Amino acid sequence: MTILKLTDICKDYQQGKQTVRVLKNINLTVEQGEYLAIMGPSGSGKTTLMNIIGCLDVPTSGTYELNGKNLQNSSDNALADIRNKYIGFVFQSFYLMPKLDAVDNVALPLLYAGVPLKERRARAVEALKAVGLGERIHFRPNQLSGGQCQRVAIARAIVSKPTLLLADEPTGALDTKAGNQIMEIFRALSKEGMTIIMITHEPAIAECANKTYHILDGELLTKGEARSNEKV
Amino acid sequence: MFENVRLAFQGVWSHKLRSMLTMLGIIIGIAAIITIVSTIKGTNEQIKENLIGAGNNVVAVQLNQSGYVYDLSWNEVPSAVRPISQETRQELEQIPGAQKVTLFYSRSNSENVYYQNYQYNGSIMGVDRNYFSAYGYQIRTGRGFVDSDYEDFRKVAIVDESTVSSLFAGKNPVGEAIEIQGDVFTVIGVVAMSQEFTPTINSMNDYWMYSGDSAGSVFIPDAVWPVVYRFDEPQNVAIKVENTDVMTTVGKAAADLLTQRQIVGDNTDFDYRSQDMLEQAQQLQKMSQATNTQLVWIASISLLVGGIGVMNIMLVSVTERTAEIGLKKAIGAKKRRILMQFLTEAAVLTSLGGVIGVATGIGMAELISRMMEIPVAISLPAIGISVAFSTLIGVVFGLLPATQAANLNPIQALRRD
Repeated sequence: MTILKLTDICKDYQQGKQTVRVLKNINLTVEQGEYLAIMGPSGSGKTTLMNIIGCLDVPTSGTYELNGKNLQNSSDNALADIRNKYIGFVFQSFYLMPKLDAVDNVALPLLYAGVPLKERRARAVEALKAVGLGERIHFRPNQLSGGQCQRVAIARAIVSKPTLLLADEPTGALDTKAGNQIMEIFRALSKEGMTIIMITHEPAIAECANKTYHILDGELLTKGEARSNEKV
Repeated sequence: MFENVRLAFQGVWSHKLRSMLTMLGIIIGIAAIITIVSTIKGTNEQIKENLIGAGNNVVAVQLNQSGYVYDLSWNEVPSAVRPISQETRQELEQIPGAQKVTLFYSRSNSENVYYQNYQYNGSIMGVDRNYFSAYGYQIRTGRGFVDSDYEDFRKVAIVDESTVSSLFAGKNPVGEAIEIQGDVFTVIGVVAMSQEFTPTINSMNDYWMYSGDSAGSVFIPDAVWPVVYRFDEPQNVAIKVENTDVMTTVGKAAADLLTQRQIVGDNTDFDYRSQDMLEQAQQLQKMSQATNTQLVWIASISLLVGGIGVMNIMLVSVTERTAEIGLKKAIGAKKRRILMQFLTEAAVLTSLGGVIGVATGIGMAELISRMMEIPVAISLPAIGISVAFSTLIGVVFGLLPATQAANLNPIQALRRD
């Protein structure tokens, strides 16, 4: 089943009086259960692509289908609903609410989905157990290590059982050991059938994925193509 | 919503000093308003109490010339005014709400009244049989006027307790002789208001307002009035009414009736006007209220400044929490929810300020009442309005920061750190 289908996606930004095309005719199809990495140097447009995939930004042209639905002309509120239901985000710098404990942090997306408090807590605890933090559910972010924080963030991303997990440099702020633990969790999630798109610039991390795309100057290339390009 | 309020309280608590400073403007404004309103209310209740507090429910109807009470101490007997007849008196008694009608002559400032060689300068009244019961006087010592006093034109006088102290230096005056316009009168009794009542006096103004009878009153039977003063003097009327609510209407009706019956000839500037205490109290209250309303407006400026302070801090807070807002939007919070979150925070902040302000205001009012002996009355509606208004301030001044937060672009918001 196709989860995600990008067709001829272009994204322009206005820089002063000049229009800069950041993404050039991106075509990408992601099937259910795929685990893929998108690599590229900074400024290549990988964050913009991730924003578009994550429905945080809208493309200038091209069509975007998520779960078979065309998202063109969706309102801000409709996009917020889609992000809430279908997409789980993991960011480089976690973005946990410092005043909330782990459970409340994880339960946050469910609050916006209108899930009642008891169920929110129960599902949050479940998600925390899934990332191996079942014993620290009432710790606050400042009482947790970086790796643990990122695991809380992953729990938050999967708590609403999204169809797509979107990770932007998930290990960027972590040491190698903690990074490896995160990769372990991703691998386990992938095995359970979670579709994962990960953006990174570290080849070692990209290795963990089943498939790697490269993005260079706004153009998307598969791993093989990238290599052949390098040879040229 | 409940969640928002809980989180907002957490937010306020985690920035104690900042929240306190932000609330300060609101606290000062609300406290000032509560203090002023409490003092106004206290003063007003005191005025009312001072004027009608004796509880005798008497409305006086007096002869006026060009809008001023016509005082025979300084004026001639006006030819345009007839003495009040028995028929008119009966008509007065039939006004709905009227209980007892009394007619009396009066001089507010007596001349030529002496006890031994002390001159008396209080008021002197020629009263009918109803006077003491209408005004609620009771005999304290000696006796009251009896029918034979009136029928035989006896030269007897009754004094009140103020006169006892001002003219007789406190000793029992019964049996003493006083001289009124060269005629000798025997003091036969002392009267006092049945309900002991002394007006509270806080200022010189109050003193002049309420000290009218402090020099006392000397009463003589109205039958002998023409003997010592002039013949055919116009009388004053006082009507005891059922309750304070009908004082004004009975007074007006009586004044109209008397003007119609007693004033002869056209083009005279005489008329009868009622001067009930309730109306006086209301006028005085209006005066004190007018000055204090201005104070409330000034205090409101503090609320405006406080509101701007809240807006400023909320704008800072939005900037500080850009990442938080970005993330919340990323994981599916809609604009409305972010808007509500910040509005709730602002409203909680100012409401809390309002509550603290009310408490401070009550404290201040109590303190003022203790220190300056001004009465205060805490007004519950004022408290309710203050707290509601401070909440409103939060919503109004929180609107701009909250809208800014709600309109943040999540991409920009997440990138900015």
